[in-house]
Amino acid sequence: MNASLRLRAGLVSIALLAAFLGIWHLATRSTAPVATMSPEYAKLMGLTATQGKSAMPGPLDVGAKLWEHLKRPFYDNGPNDKGLGIQLAYSIGRVGTGYLLAVLVAIPLGFLIGMSPLLSKALDPFIQVLKPISPLAWMPLALYTIKDSSVSAIFVIFICSIWPMLLNTVFGVASVRKEWINVARTLEVGTIRRAFTVILPAAAPTILTGMRISIGIAWLVIVAAEMLVGGTGIGYFVWNEWNNLSITNVIIAILLIGIVGMLLDQILARFTRMVTFPE
Amino acid sequence: MSTFDNPFDPDRNLRAGCACGQHQSAAEHEQATALRCEPAESEEKRYEGVVASAVMRAMFPQDVARRAFLKSVGASTALAALSQFFPLKTATEVFAQTGAPEKKDLKVGFIPITCATPIIMAAPMGFYAKHGLNVEVVKTAGWAVIRDKTINKEYDAAHMLAPMPIAISLGLGANAIPFAVPAIENINGQGIVLATKHKDKRDPKDWKGLKFAIPFDYSMHNYLLRYYLAEHGLDPDTDVQLRSVPPPEMVANLRADNIDGFLAPDNICQRAIYDGVGFMHLLSKEIWDGHPCCSFAASREFITTAPNSFAALTRAIVDATAYASKAENRKQIAEAIAPANYINAPVTVLEQVLTGTYADGLGGVKTDAKRVDFDPFPWQSFAVWMLTQMKRWGQIKGDVDYKAVAEQVYLATDTKKLMTEMGLSPPASSYKSFAVMGKTFDPTKPEDYVASFKIRKQS
Repeated sequence: MNASLRLRAGLVSIALLAAFLGIWHLATRSTAPVATMSPEYAKLMGLTATQGKSAMPGPLDVGAKLWEHLKRPFYDNGPNDKGLGIQLAYSIGRVGTGYLLAVLVAIPLGFLIGMSPLLSKALDPFIQVLKPISPLAWMPLALYTIKDSSVSAIFVIFICSIWPMLLNTVFGVASVRKEWINVARTLEVGTIRRAFTVILPAAAPTILTGMRISIGIAWLVIVAAEMLVGGTGIGYFVWNEWNNLSITNVIIAILLIGIVGMLLDQILARFTRMVTFPE
Repeated sequence: MSTFDNPFDPDRNLRAGCACGQHQSAAEHEQATALRCEPAESEEKRYEGVVASAVMRAMFPQDVARRAFLKSVGASTALAALSQFFPLKTATEVFAQTGAPEKKDLKVGFIPITCATPIIMAAPMGFYAKHGLNVEVVKTAGWAVIRDKTINKEYDAAHMLAPMPIAISLGLGANAIPFAVPAIENINGQGIVLATKHKDKRDPKDWKGLKFAIPFDYSMHNYLLRYYLAEHGLDPDTDVQLRSVPPPEMVANLRADNIDGFLAPDNICQRAIYDGVGFMHLLSKEIWDGHPCCSFAASREFITTAPNSFAALTRAIVDATAYASKAENRKQIAEAIAPANYINAPVTVLEQVLTGTYADGLGGVKTDAKRVDFDPFPWQSFAVWMLTQMKRWGQIKGDVDYKAVAEQVYLATDTKKLMTEMGLSPPASSYKSFAVMGKTFDPTKPEDYVASFKIRKQS
């Protein structure tokens, strides 16, 4: 039963994909009316103008180009032209650094706030104001004060991934069941030990959910941040290819961004499952 | 021991390094070069000290003897005595022309447009290497980013729109940080492109209500488009909409019908034609033949801390510009700068821009060998003109000392010296008069020029 459901779901997925690719192919096959032009003039013009080719590439173009990229993902033709593998590695590196820094700050801070009603009340207005700020709005300020574009990008990742983690940690810590804490208290468990042996395991699923939300946001933001500061990374790749109006490469980058984002999410999802417990 | 210490200080040891004490060997000293950009006086003093050190060392091979001599007669007497029989002044001048680059690995930022041709081509074609530098040219996302990265010293020097260094030095749209321009990148090479649907609206008088894109507020594009519109009786602030749009987004916006046209740097203009979304209404050359567009800029701080690197960099740029100015080299350059590492554009497009034989977007092929040209000389009158336009459109409020600003930012004197050394012939004066749409500009009377325009921002 279960296996057949999976099979059927897979078949529907494939059918949807095929339909999507088919429609895409038909829609971009296009033949806009072509103006007659002298051969001398035509030589100077692009395919869109001479053959009425659609400006949007079809799935076959994208597939061919993707294959080209996959064949040599790590080439390095100088500072402005690197293989997709290298670009993705740069982006993942930035996300990883900013995200880890955020983990280091958000979780201890969240614990502190969650365990102390006073701090929780006192810091609440600040968190509420800072949380909704678009991470990219920090960019000019970061560039201006940090004076280093790659550190600024990491800072932006840091600032965007800190809030979901912080809030979830606070929530998780604050909503540990009172009975458990009371039991710990009756057994005269110290604060530190109580935090690690009672509260942490109890709050872990909520904390990891926060971390999972954060990694998703961080990956969303890095692309935009790299488009702004340039240099390296998948976001820069998108910008550079947009510069050349190469929609094919932009589509490939979009596809890869989606796949990497999914992988990052799956990793965190696995961690979440590891700490989840039945009540 | 620092080279620039006082050689007449009896307690100083002069016996190390090469003749000037700055380099490892005499050979390195020989091949090195220097460009003076500091106020000449202090720089001369510095060289004088270096030369005097060498002379003193030659006269007193024993350090002990020199110290004894100085202690007995005093430094000023020694200097006077020395000048008597050794032409210290001449020696200083000779020395000032040499010096090894303080920093060999440099980063130069650029925007991927053909204006940056000399900066870009100098990397693949070896002009930087020829002048002893290892330069990494880094593509940058936009003008504001290039400004910030240069101010933050991530870049040692950068490709900037010609008015940008002036704006930065004056603190317009940024903190005031003194910048300088040793070389202009390109002259001409821009164009007004309109969407194909406007092909019957060739008279600017019909353009009321249209939306135009320009690359940046402090750009020649902005000033030229405003000038052109105003000459045809349109007030650019009220009759049309001008939007600052990064060049790469212009073609996409034109295709999406978000804008009706743009005055943009090339390969963007030609790219719009290549993709069949627009046509060339007018080359910027027809507004002002020989106008500057982009510049090669560095901060004063870089120039003073690494004068020799800066000089070598300028030489490389001037050299590349001279090479690019020859029509027969243009095809080769187009191929060198087209790859994804540099401009990232189809070779056909770059070739049309650089060779000047291009499709106009209306079915015709046009030829204009001077569509884009390269001339490194930073005319100070260019800077004065830009200042008059900043004033005219309200970017500068209040009074401005046109001449002082122009001379501080556009380093014509230094470029002149450098060009002479390289065997090129620089112009004799740093000011020239020119005509924009038939109206002559006199760089000595900027205020009158500003006042002579009927359409301008009322302040």
